[in-house]
Amino acid sequence: MDSKIDEAKLIDSGEVYIAHPPHIWSGFSTAKVMYIVLAVLALPFAAAVYFFGLRALYLIIISMATALITEFAIKKLRKKPFYMDGSALITGLLFALVLPPRIPFWMAIIGAAFSIAIAKEAFGGLGFNIFNPALAGRAFLAICFPTAMTSWYFPAKWFVPGYAAADALTSASPLSESYIYEGTRAALYKDLFFGNIAGSIGETSALAILIGGIILIALKLIDWKIPVIFIGTVALGSLIFGNDVLFQVLSGGLMIGAFFMATDYVTSPVTGAGRIIFAFGAGIITLLIRNFGSLPEGVAFSILIMNAFTPLIDKYVRPKPFGFVRTIVKKDGKRK
Amino acid sequence: MNIISRKPRFVSGLRLKENKKSEHSPISVIPPPPRVIIPMQMHAGAECSLLVQRGDKVKTGQLIAQSDAFVSAKIHSTITGTVKSILKTVSPATSTIISAVEITSKIAEQQQDGRLDSDTANAGLEEEKVFDDSGHIKSAEEFRIFLKKVESEQGAGLIQKIKDAGIVGLGGAAFPTHVKLSVPEGKKIDTVILNGCECEPYITADHRMMLEYSMEILAGAYVIFKILGPQKVIIAIENNKEDAIKLIADKIFELGLENIFSISALPSRYPMGAEKTLIKNILKRKVPVGGLPLNVGVVVQNVSTAKAIFDAVAYDKPLIERAITITGDIIKPVNLMVRIGTLVGDLKNYFGVLKEKPYDFIFGGPMTGFSVANMNFPIVKGTGCVLVKEGMDLTEKNCIRCSRCVSVCPMNLMPLMYGTYAKNNMWEQCRQYYIESCIECGSCAYVCPSAIPLVGYIKTGKAVLARKK
Repeated sequence: MDSKIDEAKLIDSGEVYIAHPPHIWSGFSTAKVMYIVLAVLALPFAAAVYFFGLRALYLIIISMATALITEFAIKKLRKKPFYMDGSALITGLLFALVLPPRIPFWMAIIGAAFSIAIAKEAFGGLGFNIFNPALAGRAFLAICFPTAMTSWYFPAKWFVPGYAAADALTSASPLSESYIYEGTRAALYKDLFFGNIAGSIGETSALAILIGGIILIALKLIDWKIPVIFIGTVALGSLIFGNDVLFQVLSGGLMIGAFFMATDYVTSPVTGAGRIIFAFGAGIITLLIRNFGSLPEGVAFSILIMNAFTPLIDKYVRPKPFGFVRTIVKKDGKRK
Repeated sequence: MNIISRKPRFVSGLRLKENKKSEHSPISVIPPPPRVIIPMQMHAGAECSLLVQRGDKVKTGQLIAQSDAFVSAKIHSTITGTVKSILKTVSPATSTIISAVEITSKIAEQQQDGRLDSDTANAGLEEEKVFDDSGHIKSAEEFRIFLKKVESEQGAGLIQKIKDAGIVGLGGAAFPTHVKLSVPEGKKIDTVILNGCECEPYITADHRMMLEYSMEILAGAYVIFKILGPQKVIIAIENNKEDAIKLIADKIFELGLENIFSISALPSRYPMGAEKTLIKNILKRKVPVGGLPLNVGVVVQNVSTAKAIFDAVAYDKPLIERAITITGDIIKPVNLMVRIGTLVGDLKNYFGVLKEKPYDFIFGGPMTGFSVANMNFPIVKGTGCVLVKEGMDLTEKNCIRCSRCVSVCPMNLMPLMYGTYAKNNMWEQCRQYYIESCIECGSCAYVCPSAIPLVGYIKTGKAVLARKK
């Protein structure tokens, strides 16, 4: 009780701390959310490196570094505080995961910089961007460098002794009409599920994405409604169109899109009903592009299109408050 | 016969760290303070006008202010002494400027420095013995005598006694109790809920009240039962207070009241004790927006209010003291019975040793309480807790639309929208997202990863919209 005098002085001096309620906080900060998502993304990251070799690793590191540096520079330019909250790292990583394995590094740098500078910071930074930055970056590259962005390769098998990078074989995207798989149907499903197939470095392994997605759902960091309804809509639609349902679900960017892109907090609706509409819409657009569009794959564009609808969905799909009573307006204009 | 019904674990709500540090500290009655400041509005409703003047001698329990308005509560002097001054203060209920009266006792005149020594304090205590508040019902026999007394009275007479005692809801909202018990013609109350949830962390005053004044609480509840004539009285207690659940159940059997009273043991989730969520969880009824519990045939009263009602009916004792918890980042959290109007600065002996940095002195719980601006703030009728905490110093970041606030909101609102619109002064849009339905429980701001002070924005929004009307 030796500092009793200080206590009396302090209270009498009237120096008190004032804050709004609540006076306690969960401590679960934005940065924690981001780093947990980053940790979970280590799974598709590992799959990317496993199947596409060191080049995939370089692509990821370059993209993440570019994203971080761009964010820092833009924040300084805008004279806004820079927080190391991990959001730029997630954008960089997700962006790299949807790139083809052999895209030139300078293109990846341009794309990652576009993701952060234009798709995110130009709209006001984290929380204000309308479009998913990683997908916006990918769409930008797809328009600027269509050839590089559609050159697919078989997994590099870098772990096979005596394999040289020059041996890489080109392949058509599994979703394109010219794709031919040499093997049984079951072997194809197996390769699609584990990721031993041509495609963007992070999207091929459905297994890695599925495990990561389930972890995020279990931690209540993402809403199960978006991936389940998105994938469910595509599956049901493929059934109606007479496509191979399992093939449609496992190939292309659907898995990574549904679990990691469409669930992006900032660019998806906040209410349960809104998310159902969002995921359903994305599923329908994916189906339309895959079946009738000129592109073999449409997940990225379907999510970007639905991103544009998000503010509208949040405006019109409002939950009714607790104990809501509908006011009935009669024909004579009087409220009942 | 089993009178305890247990609710399933999977009800919605937040699991907060309870921090009920003072739950084993009995409520100790402390000597009356040397001075009190009594605001003229410690309740929801109209401000009272003073009946005394500067220099008047007042006695403990003497009526000093009242109002002609229906929704208002009488105010009594809480110590014996002299009216020293009439000053202006900020209403704890509405944040408007109101009058307050400062009363000083003999002790204060003798001891200018404001600290009490025990001899003078005891002498003062003798002088204060105006009420026969031996306070306790000691046996079932005494309880039955009280019940007979209640039975012989008319409902209107009982309500008048409660009104004369100036009783308000002691759970925090401080709504005048006689108004709540005056049910309009045509409305039938079928259930009375006695709220002993105390869902906020830290606070233990109601818990201790249930343990130490269980008979009196049941007696007060019986008065409510007599006035309203419901089919049943349900005592709602969170299951983190098993001792209180067991004790009250035993008392109900001992007194043979199991036909009227039952206990609902609820999982400890925040905000379980909020009227609307409580009614939903116990009775599956939803109070309509802008409506009162009586719209669904329910009246909710706090357990401490029931004790005050007992005091009023049994001894004609006005509401001059209440149990509060003093807790937080202090060495020895305690529960105290303090006079209304006691200044928080005069309770500083109970805060113990504080480090040399600004502390947040919070009136109420950590989720809904407000920080006081200085140490001359009085304990009022609705204050259940003084929480002393180190300031949190959070930096507000951008909303990332994670929708955690949407999923925790007990009123099914979209709190993130209030933050966005409030920053741009778009108050009409706040109304379109039903800002008026918010009960300000603070769950949204508690979970917000970006540390956005949503409750602050909501309070501002509601105030702006109320002024526009």
